[in-house]
Amino acid sequence: MLILLPVCRNLLSFLRGTCSLYRSTLRKQLDHNLSFHKLVGYMICLHTAIHIIAHLFNLERYSRSRQATDGSLASILSNLPHQENDSWLNPIQSSNTTVVYVTFTSIAGLTGVIITMALVLMVTSAMEFIRRSYFEVFWYTHHIFIIYFIGLGIHGLGGIVRGQTEESMAENHPHMCAEFFEKWDDPASHCKPPQFEGLPAESWKWILAPGILYIFERILRFYRSQQKVVITKVVMHPSKVLELQMHKHGFSMEVGQYIFVNCPSISYLEWHPFTLTSAPEEDFFSIHIRAVGDWTENLIRTFEQQYSSVPRIQVDGPFGTVSEDVFQYEVAVLVGAGIGVTPFASILKSIWYKFQHADHNLETQKIYFYWICREMGAFAWFNDLLAALEQEMEELGKVGFLNYRLFLTGWDSSFAGHAALNFDKANDILTGLKQKTFFGRPMWDNEFSTIATAHPKSAVGVFLCGPQTLAKSLSKCCHQYSSLDPRKVQFYFNKENF
Amino acid sequence: MGQIEWAMWANEQALASGLILITGGIVATAGQFTQWYLGAYSIAAGVLICMLEYPRGKRSKGSTMERCGQKYLTKVVKLFGPLTRNYYIRAFLHLGLAVPAGFLLATILGTACLAIASGIYLLAAIRGEQWSPIEPKPKERPQIGGTIKQPPSNPPPRPPAEARKKPSEEEAAGVSPGGPKENPMPVTDEVV
Repeated sequence: MLILLPVCRNLLSFLRGTCSLYRSTLRKQLDHNLSFHKLVGYMICLHTAIHIIAHLFNLERYSRSRQATDGSLASILSNLPHQENDSWLNPIQSSNTTVVYVTFTSIAGLTGVIITMALVLMVTSAMEFIRRSYFEVFWYTHHIFIIYFIGLGIHGLGGIVRGQTEESMAENHPHMCAEFFEKWDDPASHCKPPQFEGLPAESWKWILAPGILYIFERILRFYRSQQKVVITKVVMHPSKVLELQMHKHGFSMEVGQYIFVNCPSISYLEWHPFTLTSAPEEDFFSIHIRAVGDWTENLIRTFEQQYSSVPRIQVDGPFGTVSEDVFQYEVAVLVGAGIGVTPFASILKSIWYKFQHADHNLETQKIYFYWICREMGAFAWFNDLLAALEQEMEELGKVGFLNYRLFLTGWDSSFAGHAALNFDKANDILTGLKQKTFFGRPMWDNEFSTIATAHPKSAVGVFLCGPQTLAKSLSKCCHQYSSLDPRKVQFYFNKENF
Repeated sequence: MGQIEWAMWANEQALASGLILITGGIVATAGQFTQWYLGAYSIAAGVLICMLEYPRGKRSKGSTMERCGQKYLTKVVKLFGPLTRNYYIRAFLHLGLAVPAGFLLATILGTACLAIASGIYLLAAIRGEQWSPIEPKPKERPQIGGTIKQPPSNPPPRPPAEARKKPSEEEAAGVSPGGPKENPMPVTDEVV
């Protein structure tokens, strides 16, 4: 029951932790857990369709056999008695009923219809469009998988699929006796009437272990969520961005991980993921929340009211993504598009702390950071972070460590005019940083070829948090600019997925 | 949950039910089950439902992703005006289409799913939702000739008379070649 295992977040985090001794390519497969879940879901749908069609034909043939009066093999098998010792074959007991009636009065039929309807509802509410636009519909509807699995376990209990018993196979083997079916009642013939028994239900054997693991996972999530979270600081940034700095006993994180947050005063059952924006070296953990929907807007409004008490927050996590690998590359190319810049806040802060303490685990010598967004407003907080890093690097005299480029894609002629007027100022007018803001999208070919020439013998890790189209072009550039010689520059592409 | 447009989910559910009806109908007709004519009916009903539900309606908030190739069917669905715009009519239509298929086992699943879709459409209709077609944005054609302004009314400023060349050579250069006049300027074949 492979569909349950990929959604056990804590189990996957545990596996990721224990697999740190193994190669990272193995761990990377754990990041595609949701794609695997969807693929298995499609397989379940396909096989459900095959199963149903097969049983439809089966029932139709049973029905015809029951109504046949021509004394053929089928009709004799159908007429095997139901009363004595339960050795019947045809589940349709009388020639007056319809297959619909038989279906709905048998355990297998009834559970089958119910769980197939549950499956259809789960699939339609999980379509990408519905999921992205109306997440709550997807989340609550998808929980009818509980009905699905219980029904699946019960489905075979009726023993409606029959097989010939072992002893009967010895006395009346189909290869030898099928042609002589008229003589079965004759005590002189060597063929006795065949005996059938219901084949036992087997689906529970498949569901049991993953089901237990999943129940365990949900209990674990609940237990972790009950632990007390202390909010140490609340900051309202411009453009409706809320920063929450929190503390929880026993919480430890790595860079780029995310947590699930629940606020019972807004909704008991909704858990939403947020990337952690603090570094592991800090003594609190923080998230930045933007107002993008019902839940986030309600949350921000609740925190804005300063006179009422601070609402309670529950936290589950942290759960890991590939950003943990970012320190292993000599040269790191980090690309954050729009809101995708948030994991990089954590990464940059952490790299900076490690650099200051001359941490030996840090292999990174150079970072190229590309930040692409439509407009600056919602990310003013990130701006401040970059300014702080810039200043600290100057103090330490390591100006070349972090190279960042900001790209504003939503520019118009007034922006351009303003930039042209202030061309010779030292700091950028929009951001106040030393690096000037670029307008438009980056030309990746130029960037990659510059990096390849500057670091001809390094392994370069390319990390992206952003839209799919950008992932495609970056992945293509990685292939293109990786040299054929494995000792020379190699680009490795990693994509976050949320 | 305040912002949900139920019609969007009902649309997905109805499309899925249409496909299930078609599949069940094909199984019943091909297998020549008893009452297989109900299977033939459900193929027809399924096709009708799929064609009706394939063009996704426009969301009232936010952008809507079109299904691939839906603009042709959008035109057809739009033709029926209020019949397809109103979700009450759709809810009852689906309920009505679902009933005959409920008598055959092969298609009963389609009936159940379509009934659920009809229920969600009813909910959408009660909340006042409506189907509106996704129109392609009219492309802004650059107006041909729009940037050509009136020709200047004043001649360009000329240098003073002393700097001008002899007028006779200017006139001769303007003469079309091939005429029966002698070319005053030497003509050489230059390959550039």
